Amino acid sequence: MDNKFQWVYSEKVKDHFIHPRNVLEDEAKYNADGRGIVGNIKCGDEMIVAIKVDKEKNTIAECKWKTYGCASAIASTSILSEIVIGKTLDQAYHLTAKDIAKELGGLPEHKIHCSVLGHKALRAAIEDYYTRSGMTDKVEEEKAHIICQCMNVTDIEIEQAVLEGARTYLELQEHTKLGTVCGQCKDKAIQMLEEYKKKHFSK
Amino acid sequence: MKRKVYLDHNATTPLHPEVKKTMIEAMDAFGNPSSLHSFGRQARRIIDDARDRIASFIDGKGEDIVFSGSGSEANNTVLNLLYCAARHCEAPHTKRHQIITSQIEHPCILEAAACLEERGIDVVYLPVDRTGKIDMDKYSSLISDKTALVTVMMANNEIGTIQDIKEIGKIAHKHGAMFHTDAIQAVGKIPVNVHELGVDYISLSAHKIYGPKGVGALYVSPGVPFCPFIRGGHQEKGRRAGTENTIGIAGFGKAIEMRVTEMAPEAKRLLSLKARLKAGIEKNVPNIQFNGHPADSLPGTLNVSFFGAEGEAILLYLDLEGIAVSTGSACASGSLDPSHVLIAAGLPAEEAHGSIRISMGRDNTEEDIDYTVEKIALVIDKIRKMSTVR
Ligand SMILES: Cc1ncc(COP(=O)(O)O)c(C=O)c1O
Repeated sequence: MDNKFQWVYSEKVKDHFIHPRNVLEDEAKYNADGRGIVGNIKCGDEMIVAIKVDKEKNTIAECKWKTYGCASAIASTSILSEIVIGKTLDQAYHLTAKDIAKELGGLPEHKIHCSVLGHKALRAAIEDYYTRSGMTDKVEEEKAHIICQCMNVTDIEIEQAVLEGARTYLELQEHTKLGTVCGQCKDKAIQMLEEYKKKHFSK
Repeated sequence: MKRKVYLDHNATTPLHPEVKKTMIEAMDAFGNPSSLHSFGRQARRIIDDARDRIASFIDGKGEDIVFSGSGSEANNTVLNLLYCAARHCEAPHTKRHQIITSQIEHPCILEAAACLEERGIDVVYLPVDRTGKIDMDKYSSLISDKTALVTVMMANNEIGTIQDIKEIGKIAHKHGAMFHTDAIQAVGKIPVNVHELGVDYISLSAHKIYGPKGVGALYVSPGVPFCPFIRGGHQEKGRRAGTENTIGIAGFGKAIEMRVTEMAPEAKRLLSLKARLKAGIEKNVPNIQFNGHPADSLPGTLNVSFFGAEGEAILLYLDLEGIAVSTGSACASGSLDPSHVLIAAGLPAEEAHGSIRISMGRDNTEEDIDYTVEKIALVIDKIRKMSTVR
């Protein structure tokens, strides 16, 4: 009966869900060059990404991960851990959720928002690597600050939402889904909303 | 062939073979039940037989049963009937402006109530304790002569908790309020007697008890206000317009008839399967927690949280093993929020995300349960190995 009906997600997602690649099995023993963690189990998703860097070529040599989350969270982190190998740190840093979803043969829109966090964990891992190796200028240049831990919304995305027309906290939520889970970031988000409004729209 | 184990009977049930037979027979009774000729009378007979059976099963009279297109429709009918503003309506616009319900009702009650709120009705959502029982002190303190209707479900679909309906109804009536219970998960699983419980309205649905989907009923106690939710016909004595679903109603009647003899022994069997399932999970999987009431619970329903594992992942891994369950995780629902029932019962979000509802039924065997326990242990172990939370 199974085969007669299409699975909930693409075959690629199914494959990575059933056979997850590069799981970080023993974190304590893994000598990562950089490690990042994003999400929050309260929101249903949390990810750790640990990388090893080929320092000559400035590329990613190994990528391991752990995920607390749904099938698409597991599959998307698994596929990420494959596609980043050999990419330069710059390339890897700029991977987006959409890139990952595309590799997986597509995901429903709401799943991209809530479960594809691997690239953010990867960014955090790369930043961690830059910090550890004294390249703090690199971090400052790149760094987006996560404001909403639950939905992983960054200051850059908030600024973008303001530029796209968000003027109130509610509109900001509609644009970014920020603050829709635990709500802890509300005060901070409102403060930033005001700052960006001032920055871009006051005379 | 791989084993298939269906453990999602609170979502819906397979047709009882006898029900299926009855429905197939009813397919030939194509006449419009409202027609006076023999074709119509044949269909009318089928519907009225079913009506009488269903009524007598809950100790009511046939004329007090109004068939509907679903359990959800029966619930919506009740929430709307007190506030009809039409002048000719027999249920006049009530002067009372409050409704009391609970935080763990089915969405069809909660959303209908939210609509009433928008129309200016004050809706109180009673909290529940950790086991899912409503807070009776709060209820007693909030009800007043402003309360038009109290609606509290008899048995919860997610955690199985059974409320003290008789007591809740007594308090409602003491204050002159109408009392409704959504007994969609209860009727046919545990005894429901309208006189014993003293309710004014009861919602029923066929597909939770081996009947067809898309057929429900509302029991309306004699003499209480009524106002049709769907207008435009004389069917159901003018209480619900639309040519009756003869086949579905025939199936509903047969499903109820089967419950007369099968309910009690099945309940006993399911309770023992549940004990086996609980013991098996406890023995083989560390770091778990059972949700709901330990005693006042539907015989076939078990809700369990697995720490460090997310529900949609558990559900889909079990599905790959041929086992069907459901989850209170947000990810499976398409929303961002985990089960409102588990959150109302005070579970932290992460425990709700890791919850699974196992609801057993008449075809499940001990072997099914043992297979399920074995697979749950493997699946949880696999998920926890890659989880950020240990
Ligand atoms: C408690 C409860 N109320 C209402 C409903 C809705 O019933 P139906 O599916 O017949 O509309 C369900 C089942 O989904 C339920 O479990």
